[in-house]
Amino acid sequence: MTSMTGSTTLNAQTTTTLPGAEVLLRALVEQGVEVIFGYPGGAVLPIYDALFKQDHIRHVLVRHEQAAVHAAEAYARSTGKVGVVLVTSGPGATNAVTGLLDAMMDSIPLVCLSGQVPTPLIGNDAFQEADTTGITRPVTKYNYLVRKPEDLAPAVHEAFAIARSGRPGPVLIDLPKNITVGDAPYVDAGAVTPRTIRMTTQPDRAAIARAVAAMKAGKRPLFYTGGGVINSGPQASENLRRLVALTGFPVTSTLMGLGAFPGTDERFLGMLGMHGTYEANLATHDCDVLIALGSRFDDRVTGRLDAFSPGSFKIHVDIDPSQINKIVHVNEGIVGDVGEIIAMMIEEWEKQPAYAHKAELEAWWAKIEGWRALDCLRFGQDQAPDAVIKPQQAIQRIYELARQTGRDTYVSTEVGQHQMWAAQFFRFDQPNRWLTSGGLGTMGYGLPAAVGAQIAHPDALVLDVAGEASTLMNIQELGTIAQYRLPVKIFIINNHYMGMVRQWQELLHGSRYSESYSDALPDFVKLAESFHATGLRVTRLDQLDATIRQALEHNGPVIVDICVAEGENCFPMIPSGAAHNQMILGPEQEAVSATISKEGQMLV
Amino acid sequence: MQVEVSGSAVISLLVDNESGALARIVELFSGRGYNIQSLTVAPVDEHGHTSRVNIVTTGTQSSIWQVKTQLERLVPVSRVVNLTAEGPYVAREMALVKVVSSGEPRTEALRIAQAFRARAVDTTASSFVFELTGSTDKLDSFIELMRPLGLVEVSRTGVASICRGPQTIQNF
Repeated sequence: MTSMTGSTTLNAQTTTTLPGAEVLLRALVEQGVEVIFGYPGGAVLPIYDALFKQDHIRHVLVRHEQAAVHAAEAYARSTGKVGVVLVTSGPGATNAVTGLLDAMMDSIPLVCLSGQVPTPLIGNDAFQEADTTGITRPVTKYNYLVRKPEDLAPAVHEAFAIARSGRPGPVLIDLPKNITVGDAPYVDAGAVTPRTIRMTTQPDRAAIARAVAAMKAGKRPLFYTGGGVINSGPQASENLRRLVALTGFPVTSTLMGLGAFPGTDERFLGMLGMHGTYEANLATHDCDVLIALGSRFDDRVTGRLDAFSPGSFKIHVDIDPSQINKIVHVNEGIVGDVGEIIAMMIEEWEKQPAYAHKAELEAWWAKIEGWRALDCLRFGQDQAPDAVIKPQQAIQRIYELARQTGRDTYVSTEVGQHQMWAAQFFRFDQPNRWLTSGGLGTMGYGLPAAVGAQIAHPDALVLDVAGEASTLMNIQELGTIAQYRLPVKIFIINNHYMGMVRQWQELLHGSRYSESYSDALPDFVKLAESFHATGLRVTRLDQLDATIRQALEHNGPVIVDICVAEGENCFPMIPSGAAHNQMILGPEQEAVSATISKEGQMLV
Repeated sequence: MQVEVSGSAVISLLVDNESGALARIVELFSGRGYNIQSLTVAPVDEHGHTSRVNIVTTGTQSSIWQVKTQLERLVPVSRVVNLTAEGPYVAREMALVKVVSSGEPRTEALRIAQAFRARAVDTTASSFVFELTGSTDKLDSFIELMRPLGLVEVSRTGVASICRGPQTIQNF
């Protein structure tokens, strides 16, 4: 096929010609960009030079390109804006790949600008050349290689439209150096008709009416909400709260959806899925109407598919038509923006005959309260002053003491046990406060994410709930934290193991802890000090609260090394290949896992 | 769960004629484990801005539905139609078939070619190249018949397809 032609429609325009790098920055400013996370290199020097000469856009210098992407993801997730990344050609672009896929899996709007060797050198194995559009095609929503100056501004405008429209995602623009050095025409965003137009659809009102009729007929209903509600914007969370108040139905949420509905509301059953609560999972299994709002039936949510919510009428609202009937067959699929559709559901609920199953709904709630009474997140903390701290105790106290500060709080996590405990114990009352790598499960996400969140919200309290293994994967970002004096609080739940790997090895591989011990760890206190931060360590229960308080009150960056019990497992847990009503609730039931089938073991 | 039967489907797409568009489509199939039996692509509008891609794929009804919805997510793809599901359509491909033989097999090959309305587009004392257009089935059976008669090489275009009647891919 020939090079880019007529991909975007240009409307009437008046032309200004500028050096490509200036055209790029002008387009970014027009798109509302305030911050770029990046790292310079040969192929992007013209862009860095143009950045130097202006003061509309702030550049945040990270210490690794992967971190630039995670920081931009957190910036996007916590503000609702598009995150922007700038990396150089070759290794700069390949280092960004993990972050791009992370954003793709979690539907985070990003625009990644990558340098490229000049067009005449493309294909010659030039210094720092990579086939960046080829490498990033499967990890982006769309990507561009700008070969002609006149394609530059339209590509930037369209990239932002693609990143933020429909199901959001990352878009990459590869910029050969001759394009950024040479002159290019500037066109306004208004002069470009992005191709996203042809992908938008209006929600089907008749389907919404049928869905609401099914909800009205439900005796054991359940909302199962996801990251789509967050992506739709704060109004969607508002609408969800109204719909729940109106119906009185219980709500469970995916990992990505936490905060869309208040975690402290009594109608919230906690997260569902592999490490979800007992009440959320049993309600999912036993409900008769399941209303999935902006969630995608991920394998971490469904467990064994043929036993997933077996008797329910399933309604699925998603902006991405390809998600409907992808994994679980649903009875009513509705395509469109979940916030809008919830508003239409509210209208429809009020229009249709009154809900006639109040008594059954009460009985359903009574059943749920019975499950809740089991208190599935309980753990046995030895209360002796010098007792070893349980990781659950540490995370619960971080949550409670952070809440006591009354400050607007953003929480990032790394990936593993600590992430799941944080998801269980932190109760978010607002959307956009929870920053975690859900779909891809990228270790090393949390520290750069904390950078992005603190840059976006300089006055907020930003916490990174971390594991000692994960956080080492992007530990160099302590440099970024130091440079910009970001007062992030990093709580390392240090159990000297890759905790989730250790847990699976205990449960599924005969306690053979193959390569999962974190040997030769750094002294995190000294590490903090060497990066101009404050380092604290706590090893005994009686010092836990004081140490957490000290960290929260300090006005600069802090690393707290919380030395916790090494052998603790994260429960409840639906073992791989099992159904929602086959949860392991605690250590006393671990023997169950020994019976996991070969098929179960093959699942990740 | 009910067991779904596997079948083949012809999917036609209109795509922006831009760099990487075909790669996106092909990588979607390989990345998600879908199958491509044949693929054709060529510009079809007067300015060469739009290409039509025809893909023959196999799978269960629900997996072919998945293929279609996944293709619709691609930015340069403006239209996706599962012709097999949407009603009557015409699907044709062309094959060039080289047969090297002499004596009785050579005569037999020529006779069968005439019966199939294949044209000999190249003839030497020891070989024929037949050109044959038709449905995939027809081409398959012709090639099978040529196999014992000195078949040495086959080149096929893959399927070009279009729906029957006044309807077009644009107004599905």
